[in-house]
Amino acid sequence: MNGSSPPRLRRNRSTVIEYSVPLFFLIAKDTPPLITVTDLRKVYQQGERTVVALDGVSLHVDAGRIHGIIGHSGAGKSTLVRCLTLLDRPTSGSVAVNNKELANVSDADLRTARRRIGMVFQHANLMDSRTTAQNVAFPLELIGTPKARIAEKVTALLELVGLTQFADAYPAQLSGGQRQRVGIARALSSDPDVLLCDEPTSALDPKTTDEILALIKSVRDRLNLTVLIITHEMNVVKQACDSVSLLEAGRIVEHGDIETVVANPTGRLSQALLPMPGKLPADLPAGVVLDLLYSGNQAADPVISSIARTFDVDVNVIAGSVEQLGEHQFAHLRIALPEGADITAITNHLLANGVAVTPKEAK
Amino acid sequence: MDFFNDLVTNPGITKAMLPAFLETLQMTGISGFFTVLVGLPLGILLLNTAKGGLTPIPWLNFVLSSIITNITRSIPFAILMLSLIPFATLLVGVSLGPVAASVSLTIGTIPFFARLVESALRDVSTGKIDAALVMGSTKMQVTRKVLVPEALPGIIAATTTTIVTLIGYSAMAGLVGGGGLGRLAYNYGFQRYDGTVMIVTIVIMVILVQLVQILGDWFARLVDHR
Repeated sequence: MNGSSPPRLRRNRSTVIEYSVPLFFLIAKDTPPLITVTDLRKVYQQGERTVVALDGVSLHVDAGRIHGIIGHSGAGKSTLVRCLTLLDRPTSGSVAVNNKELANVSDADLRTARRRIGMVFQHANLMDSRTTAQNVAFPLELIGTPKARIAEKVTALLELVGLTQFADAYPAQLSGGQRQRVGIARALSSDPDVLLCDEPTSALDPKTTDEILALIKSVRDRLNLTVLIITHEMNVVKQACDSVSLLEAGRIVEHGDIETVVANPTGRLSQALLPMPGKLPADLPAGVVLDLLYSGNQAADPVISSIARTFDVDVNVIAGSVEQLGEHQFAHLRIALPEGADITAITNHLLANGVAVTPKEAK
Repeated sequence: MDFFNDLVTNPGITKAMLPAFLETLQMTGISGFFTVLVGLPLGILLLNTAKGGLTPIPWLNFVLSSIITNITRSIPFAILMLSLIPFATLLVGVSLGPVAASVSLTIGTIPFFARLVESALRDVSTGKIDAALVMGSTKMQVTRKVLVPEALPGIIAATTTTIVTLIGYSAMAGLVGGGGLGRLAYNYGFQRYDGTVMIVTIVIMVILVQLVQILGDWFARLVDHR
């Protein structure tokens, strides 16, 4: 619980400095993965039908990172959460936290192992018969922590989540966001290595969502945790995650650091994070349309005006989005160039500056 | 004026009413206590051993649910009580009076109460149980620290309903030798055509049931933080 920054910050700074290096650049791991899921399968028997809910999910999350798993409903998110916490035993495969295997242990070992994972639920799942302080104390009571120690710890945790004055309130008296804060404090009370958040903001309004995500990030920084967020909201990934996996039909179909997945212009995650309209405007003058994707300080750099100046053409930005994702700014712009412009030279110029270029069909 | 005069002179009221009332309280008290004592764990077992429960044990659940609970509940109470007289004699040494009647009352009410407890426990959301399990609770801890406290308002409501039912059953028990207000109403009100005693008994029963219900509701609200 010291104040030193997690290793990921160092790594990101180096990418910022060398922003012209392609974002696909692979970085050697300097910390061992903390959560490792290997070839996880879960098969249900539903009467005659066999349902494959998880079809070989593998992923690892490095220590100190916030990893998002995004997927539509029915993609297998809930099953994955239940398998990660061993509420359901996977059919095959392994789940390890801190290199300690969870999936194939006895019930008693499983209870000990579960305390290494703090879990935050979509609807907080607080006990209505307990006050805020008693809810946070729950995991400590389970292991017979002395009363005085519980009181100290609960006070510290309530301060961390900003609910000191609500210690004696019952869940029914709290707002959705406050309940989720209690849920986070409770998840942290057993000193877990991993915070597993299952749709933590899906029942909250946008402003409260921002607050809860900010809290999760600050908790990660202050307690040096590894965080796994399962969600269907791309906004959560944009705001909070360092890396992301796309779960679809029980498989991970895309996986990587935010910077990496965003930089792949044909990737589904990139298109979802920096969306672009599918159709070109009908009244577009004749010419060539290019989609540009670039990152880092370039987003502030005059890429567009540099084309205009260097090649003496009119550049028309017809669509685009610019977003701060993690430590970086990303821009996805659609530009229209007039007929007769030297497309090859312009493309080469852009590529040399680390901009990914995807031509759209000419008009 | 005859009616009011009768109220203070009728021996059925001045002499027999108080002991009968106390016998009713005694029957309700004893059988209520043992019903909760046995019915609460039985309700918990019914839920936890069921399919999808914390510790599914199909055969035990079948025995508890289908055989004991449902069969006992399907026998009309008057018949159940008569058939249990030999058992009551064996257990408490007497076949008549409020204590003997309490044995049959208890046995007749346990399954009813257990079902009410089971349904109150079933209302505790699975999310809370999952949360407790993920935090590393044993199944015993889930039951003691989550299921029962979270279902407490429902369990208290079930207890209130059960006590009200017991007051009614105890009157029926009075007819077959249990004593209490039931026998008083039968002996005086029915056999002697004594309308005054009948009316007073009914009024007392109504007030008693109202008091129990008000007390139960108040207590349920006290523990309900939902």
